[in-house]
Amino acid sequence: MPEVLKAPLVVEFPFTRSLGPVQSAFLTGLRERVVLGVKTGDGRTLVPPVEYDPVTAEEIRDLVHVGSTGTVTTWAWNPEPRRGQPLTAPFAWALVRLDGADTALLHALDAPGPDAVHTGMRVRIRWAEKRSGAITDIACFEPYDGDDAEVTVHAGEFQDPVIGIVAPARLDYTYSPGRAQSAYIHALSDRRTVGERCPSCRKVYVPPRGACPTCGVATAEQVEVGPRGTVTTYCIVNIKAKNLDIEVPYVYAHIALDGADLTLHGRIGGIPYGQVRMGLRVEPVWTEGGRYPDHYRPTGEPDADYDTYRELL
Amino acid sequence: MTSEDVSGLRDVAVVAFAQSDTLRTTEEQSEVEMLMPVLHDVLGQTGLRTADIGFTCSGSCDYLAGRAFSFTLALDGVGAWPPLSESHVETDGAWALYEAWTKLLTGDADTALVYSYGKSSPGSLRDVLTRQLDPYYVAPLWPDSVALAALQAQALIDAGETDEPALAGIAARSREIANPRAQLRGSVPHGDYVVRPLRTGDCPPIGDGAAAVILAAGDRARELCSRPAWIRGIDHRIEAHSLGVRDLTDSPSARLAAERAGAFERPLDTAELHAPFTAQEVVLRKALRLDDSVRINPSGGALAANPMMAAGLARIGEAAARIHRGESDRALAHATSGPCLQQNLVAVLEGDPR
Ligand SMILES: [Zn+2]
Repeated sequence: MPEVLKAPLVVEFPFTRSLGPVQSAFLTGLRERVVLGVKTGDGRTLVPPVEYDPVTAEEIRDLVHVGSTGTVTTWAWNPEPRRGQPLTAPFAWALVRLDGADTALLHALDAPGPDAVHTGMRVRIRWAEKRSGAITDIACFEPYDGDDAEVTVHAGEFQDPVIGIVAPARLDYTYSPGRAQSAYIHALSDRRTVGERCPSCRKVYVPPRGACPTCGVATAEQVEVGPRGTVTTYCIVNIKAKNLDIEVPYVYAHIALDGADLTLHGRIGGIPYGQVRMGLRVEPVWTEGGRYPDHYRPTGEPDADYDTYRELL
Repeated sequence: MTSEDVSGLRDVAVVAFAQSDTLRTTEEQSEVEMLMPVLHDVLGQTGLRTADIGFTCSGSCDYLAGRAFSFTLALDGVGAWPPLSESHVETDGAWALYEAWTKLLTGDADTALVYSYGKSSPGSLRDVLTRQLDPYYVAPLWPDSVALAALQAQALIDAGETDEPALAGIAARSREIANPRAQLRGSVPHGDYVVRPLRTGDCPPIGDGAAAVILAAGDRARELCSRPAWIRGIDHRIEAHSLGVRDLTDSPSARLAAERAGAFERPLDTAELHAPFTAQEVVLRKALRLDDSVRINPSGGALAANPMMAAGLARIGEAAARIHRGESDRALAHATSGPCLQQNLVAVLEGDPR
């Protein structure tokens, strides 16, 4: 078996999320160094606050100003902080019940070591210097030995409230395409197109994915196809894609390579876009260093008869 | 759905179970290449072909391998032509089994293929799982899966319900098993703290794998299996969203699911628990009222192999397989999803009297 192909794959997605009235007040409050909770119907105070009662699903809106000091209800020592976590030096994760609250908030606790942390210990919020209305406006908690804070009713009204957050996320993967697609990509590097034949229905799949989707069995027998093929259908692209250096309009086509039972797609060049047609015979055009055909161009052969590709549409 | 709700409806059973080895990496295989032998195995046990199956349902999660719509490619391994009656859940396959079970109860189908798979090796699983958390208050802090489980473990220790040696005992028992498909077997060092109080040994191995079962109703089940594992009830429940609202030392959702699945109506002899972290077994034993008369996780459970999205389905499959083999008469199977046992599914399986 040829070497397994691998490539880095980064998935990045900034989610823009709107906030409900309670979340908006809470996150705006953090920006102003005020922690708000919300009262449930049975008189409990939830911090962090939510829009609906977790027990009754009743809409809850009565805000209270709770302390920025509190008590650790459970903790866990994190010896190796990971990307994105609140502190870069070892810290404790902690659930903290702020003074005046009945529920606990998750955050980091900055402490010199696990021996300095225990359940029941008193902590206070260390505010971030730059605050924007996000949970990270709390930089972390830190040990504290003062008194409990007073709890007061709060209207939750601020100038310029935060109404949304942008939550960036990034995940790093090492992608490997598997046996069949690795073999296909290896062959492409020799400018050969190699598909795989289903042992049951005998169809040749290009590119191969390792299984015949009709029969549900593994494909293994390798079959070189092309390089020439037939345009089975096409469209004319009139909108320029971002980061794509191709002049519009251009033709994007399904191409049945000779010997293949599945079409692949590619751009058609070397012919005015208005003259591309079903049945047009084409061949790949490789560019220096290209790992796959840059585009396909007419071979000059007579068009293929419709019956030769009607099953491949 | 409770055991009472389903009495009078059709009897539905697990008639076959198959799973792959769980491996730290399967980089030489695509997802469908990893899954397909498991599908062939489970179909082969019953002699059914894809065309004979009335309903197909799968469970997987695109975030694990970072591949969008990977479940549609996985369908290649089923053989989806002519078109199937098919569905998918973006969670553990145990929930796919729940969907298939309800489909069979309605009489829409007599047989169902349920499968699930997870390839965790391409990504960093601890970080990937942070993306399932509350996006406003929790996910921006990137608390990883081990950290959250460690908070739960510490809460149990503080409550006097367990201690580190007891957790190490759960880890050791879970790996003293004969399961040839397990990723961790035999003597495994308990290791250093990953996130204190959890050590390497308290955490599940990260691995790639797949599982599949076949369900059948009534006489069809008896034709396909000499001792079907009849599903007497399944229910699934969820805890409050915010970790700080929950009592992490208990699992009211698992208890309620068990009650509604009929688990407490008669004694059980076996329980397959999906407890990825040692301390979670302590929570589940209490919530599910499992005493020492019940054999816990003869397969090794998630501490021996935890292919994401397949480990819960495998618990149902393992419990059913013991009934098929005559090693159990009445078993509980449990599956979980989310941080600190956020969601819990309980199934009760029985064999015919011997
Ligand atoms: Zn085929």
